[in-house]
Amino acid sequence: MSKLKDSDIQTLIGWVLRGGVFLSIGICICGAVIYLFGHGHDIANYHNFKGGPASVQMDEIVKSIMALKGRAIIQAGIILLIATPILRVLFSAYGFAIEKDYLYTGITVLVLIIIFTSMLGGHAGY
Amino acid sequence: MSVIELTIIILIGSYFAGLLGSLTGLGGGFVIIPLFTLFLHIDIHYAIGASLITVIATSSGAAAAYLKEGITNMRLGMFLEIATTTGAMFGAILAIYMPTNYIAILFGLLLILSALMSVRKKREHIVQRKSYLAKKLNLNSNYPTADGPVEYSVTNVGGGFGMMLFAGLISGLLGIGSGALKVVAMDGIMRIPFKVSTTTSNFMIGVTAAASAVVYLQRGYIEPALSMPVVIGVLIGAFTGSKILVRSTSANWIRVVFSIVISVIALQMIYNGVTHKL
Repeated sequence: MSKLKDSDIQTLIGWVLRGGVFLSIGICICGAVIYLFGHGHDIANYHNFKGGPASVQMDEIVKSIMALKGRAIIQAGIILLIATPILRVLFSAYGFAIEKDYLYTGITVLVLIIIFTSMLGGHAGY
Repeated sequence: MSVIELTIIILIGSYFAGLLGSLTGLGGGFVIIPLFTLFLHIDIHYAIGASLITVIATSSGAAAAYLKEGITNMRLGMFLEIATTTGAMFGAILAIYMPTNYIAILFGLLLILSALMSVRKKREHIVQRKSYLAKKLNLNSNYPTADGPVEYSVTNVGGGFGMMLFAGLISGLLGIGSGALKVVAMDGIMRIPFKVSTTTSNFMIGVTAAASAVVYLQRGYIEPALSMPVVIGVLIGAFTGSKILVRSTSANWIRVVFSIVISVIALQMIYNGVTHKL
């Protein structure tokens, strides 16, 4: 195992993390400006939880982004932010595979499987 | 209250949360959840959702910086993420079914534990004893210091793994990084040098939070209009905090003051939980 390769992967992962955070925050700010212009004077009421899976359908979000809805653009930024560490894991798997460290490629893939199980676990619905 | 007023209040509150979180090493979530629930009377599920997003943002930003220094043990982090993500998945599921006042009480208890952790003396210990599992998993490593790299070994891998399952569960349930529990596992059980355990813990927090955030997101707990000012405020606050930390060497009194404040907030969360106000 060469140390040089290890630090190359660390540099790459560092860039993925930084890039993901900056890009998602940028998108969030753009969405926020649009949202506050349109809804800034609405009455805020978050005392009771009233969300649900219906508000987070992927095709709905895409449609709303196309319509330049602020809230949907913020949501896209947030989804990218959540994806950032997951992308980091993906790049780690790739890095370990290049190093021919198959034990850790396996461990990393296992972590990915756990995250996807959580995503599709069926506990998202009511 | 209008949307713009609420946004500005959250933005300012989150700025101080990020600032205090980075100065004390406790993270922003500890301030966000009481701010939302006790002061703004926002449903605790929205608070947890917004806090999770913040945890991902700050941990990813900090992890990128730490990776450059070469202290983070990536293999150790990756291996323990099996435990934390599994725990986080179950924590998020549990959060859906657990009554909110129990969540508030649990949050208060963990808050006190973390406050105690942050003021305790930190000693650096290097273990050289070879553990079979640590060797098999290639977990032993070294980290750079002013006097050259220091080699260290990892002990009690099984115990640390178990503690990480619990840390992940709490993270998913309460929407915090549970960095304190991760450090207990690595520093206290696995006997890893303190510098390595804090940076590696930070490296893992983002992935752990993402594993439960995917559930929260689909449940509608992550409200864009509330999460946006929190993320922006905390990130700017954390950035300011990191600049201050570089300049002042005696941040110890801040930690003590903050620990007292946080214990008071914790008691209030527990009281509200017991009396069913949250």
